[in-house]
Amino acid sequence: MSRSERDELLGLTAVTCGYAREAVLVDVDLAIREREFVGIVGPSGAGKTTALRVIAGSLRPAHGSVTRRPGLRMAYVPQVETINWSFPVTVRECVLMSRARERRLPWASRAERTLVSDVLGRLDIGELADRHIRELSGGQQQRVFIARALLGEPDLLLMDEPTSGVDVRLRHEVLHLLDDLNARGLAIVLTTHDLNGIAAHLPRIVCLNHSIIGDGSPHDVLTSDVLERTYGASMQVLEHGGMPVVIDSYRRGGHVPHILEIPA
Amino acid sequence: MIDELLRPFDFEFFRNGVIVATMAGALCGAIGVYVVLKGMSYIGHGLSHAIFGGFAASSLLGVNFLLGAGAWGVASALMINGVTRRRVIGSDAAIGVITTASFALGLALFALFGTAGRSFDAALFGSILGVGTDDVIAIFVVCVLAGTLIFLRYRALLFTTFDPEVADVAGVNTARMDALLMVVLAGSILATMQVLGVTLIAAALVVPAATARMLTNSFARMLQIATAIGSVCGFVGMNLSYHLDVQSGPAIVLTAATLFGAVFLTTGVTGRRRAAGITAPAPLAARID
Repeated sequence: MSRSERDELLGLTAVTCGYAREAVLVDVDLAIREREFVGIVGPSGAGKTTALRVIAGSLRPAHGSVTRRPGLRMAYVPQVETINWSFPVTVRECVLMSRARERRLPWASRAERTLVSDVLGRLDIGELADRHIRELSGGQQQRVFIARALLGEPDLLLMDEPTSGVDVRLRHEVLHLLDDLNARGLAIVLTTHDLNGIAAHLPRIVCLNHSIIGDGSPHDVLTSDVLERTYGASMQVLEHGGMPVVIDSYRRGGHVPHILEIPA
Repeated sequence: MIDELLRPFDFEFFRNGVIVATMAGALCGAIGVYVVLKGMSYIGHGLSHAIFGGFAASSLLGVNFLLGAGAWGVASALMINGVTRRRVIGSDAAIGVITTASFALGLALFALFGTAGRSFDAALFGSILGVGTDDVIAIFVVCVLAGTLIFLRYRALLFTTFDPEVADVAGVNTARMDALLMVVLAGSILATMQVLGVTLIAAALVVPAATARMLTNSFARMLQIATAIGSVCGFVGMNLSYHLDVQSGPAIVLTAATLFGAVFLTTGVTGRRRAAGITAPAPLAARID
């Protein structure tokens, strides 16, 4: 067994799956290793959330296989748009949900109270434990769901669009936080639409449009060719401060190529 | 005045009725929290109608009511749960077909063959008459089962109710939690049918939970408040039923509705905003990219 195989947390092999009879992912191969920080990018409807759901195990592939390291613990942070913010739940109640397997009784043990306090404090939301989740700012809300995920002590954190609809400051906050968690050994896979704000800062990017178009470091993947094949639109990539910067080269009246016109 | 209020307690049937109504209210209040927050109100309504079919069939065949209607109710509950989870066809449509067909079957059986045991009106609207020791035992057993489930699976049930997909990823067996909840719901409906009636059980499930939601933002407190409201409404409603000479189901539900109205008016905008959030979870289609 090679070292990369030993480090592998999870692998998708020739996975094809979708909803009803429509395939959303076609023949996808993907391996996630320990301590990796991976961003999945692609246009709307490309299958990013579907890929996360396959990785998480909540969607079974029609073809192909998913292998997970025995005992792998995963946590999923959903898109904030899908959360029922009116649900009657305080921050403390919300984060304790992820301890459902460890303790069945309603109230927290002394060790859990310490753990909750530590995790909330580390994420700078310690004083909000008894507030309702809707009463928090966007950044605090995102942190609550990250705290819930962390309290389950996962090996792999899955996040669906963690920075959609947030401002630049909050995006930086979330990115810093995830960087810090990754540096402490947590493997992270996230989906994002934000090529410059998020993807370009990650060590590994997967470009997805039903199948994998590119997989590698930002310098390898954020190229005009790969992006054009991923998004079906013309894009230019410049370099600024040693980092690739993606420029949307839309021109009024210009020709927008159909996805089928773009050479594979 | 006091003597007049206490007089019905001289009768065994009334004492049994009050015990059953108080426990039924508490049970429906607690289970109703999950029903309301999971957007299952229609399932609760439909399931109570489905169990009526089992009630009619067991009455006709001379089978023990709790066994016959119980088996029918659990089968209907699991069928509805299966349809809802698999999304084979629209769950509302499927529930409508399964439950109203069962209700119609019950009505047809009563029309063709009459009733050999319990009263038709009592099954539909509830009655304090004829509440026997077996009803007290039945509601006690269901209360213990429901209480045990909620106590020992508190976090898993909460996680499944709030965010089933994430709960699944976190290792919670959400399919089992949903099935257990449906079985307890069927048991609750069955055990409370005598005093509440199938047509009014849905209100006993929904109203205390909706009232409690206006009073708190915490799930644990909502569960406690809804249980307390349900039991108080059961007790008060049962007494009103005797003194005003109306069926017990309407008396209990009207007591709960009055309390809801009072809380609605006194909690103002805050309460209304909280209660407005009682909606079904976001459809799966909205989550898929």
